[in-house]
Amino acid sequence: MKFSDFICSKAIRHELSAPDKEGVIRELTGALVAAGEIAEEDLESIVGAILKREELGSTGIGRGVAVPHTKHPSVEKLVGTVGVCADGIDFTALDGENVELFFLLVSPPDRPGDHLRALENISRQLRDDMFCKFLKQAKSAEDIQTLLDEADGDQFGP
Amino acid sequence: MNPSEANKTVVVKNPKGLHLRPAGVLAQLAAAYDSEITLTKDGLTVDARSILDLLTLVATQGSELTVAASGSDAQQAVEALSHFIANDESDEEE
Repeated sequence: MKFSDFICSKAIRHELSAPDKEGVIRELTGALVAAGEIAEEDLESIVGAILKREELGSTGIGRGVAVPHTKHPSVEKLVGTVGVCADGIDFTALDGENVELFFLLVSPPDRPGDHLRALENISRQLRDDMFCKFLKQAKSAEDIQTLLDEADGDQFGP
Repeated sequence: MNPSEANKTVVVKNPKGLHLRPAGVLAQLAAAYDSEITLTKDGLTVDARSILDLLTLVATQGSELTVAASGSDAQQAVEALSHFIANDESDEEE
């Protein structure tokens, strides 16, 4: 699976303004609503489900990266977006570091394989230090999209 | 106990596969041992202490994973990790 299979370009945010975990989740989910990937009436339900998932254990997986996510019956295919917060946010990450880079995913129920393949793609690409660093330094949504396209074209990693 | 090696192949039980939460648990389990521990699936071998590495396995339910360890507590490490992989099926949100 490639980024272009699940990241919605119009929902990418390079300058997250929210000050905390809930705010970031709300901002990125709202970006998916604005992009037309999620219905506005489902916003609260999806934000609530993502926060509930975070309570089970932070999706901050280290290296300044978090993957907040949930299943939700309102989506027919996996949708996701990317957000960057240069200052970093306390996401109670497993390594205790602040999180600067967010991949938010909403999957249809009963499609665990797609979710795993999206996680595989994100993890594999993020193992490349340059990719991680460039994303965190991105100055525009277009920059982020370009980096994702380059990763899809195997321009990062081994 | 002298340094030793151990390995065991088990089948992933979790219906949602080795997604983020179980990968996090495995990485934490692995970090508790002195031994070097790896997981292998279909010829791809990764460091069991790295969540990012573990997620690249795409270990869906029913996948065969080989846990291998090398070090003073290799046997215990392989038992702990393989037991988790073969038994964890907690139905929490992934």
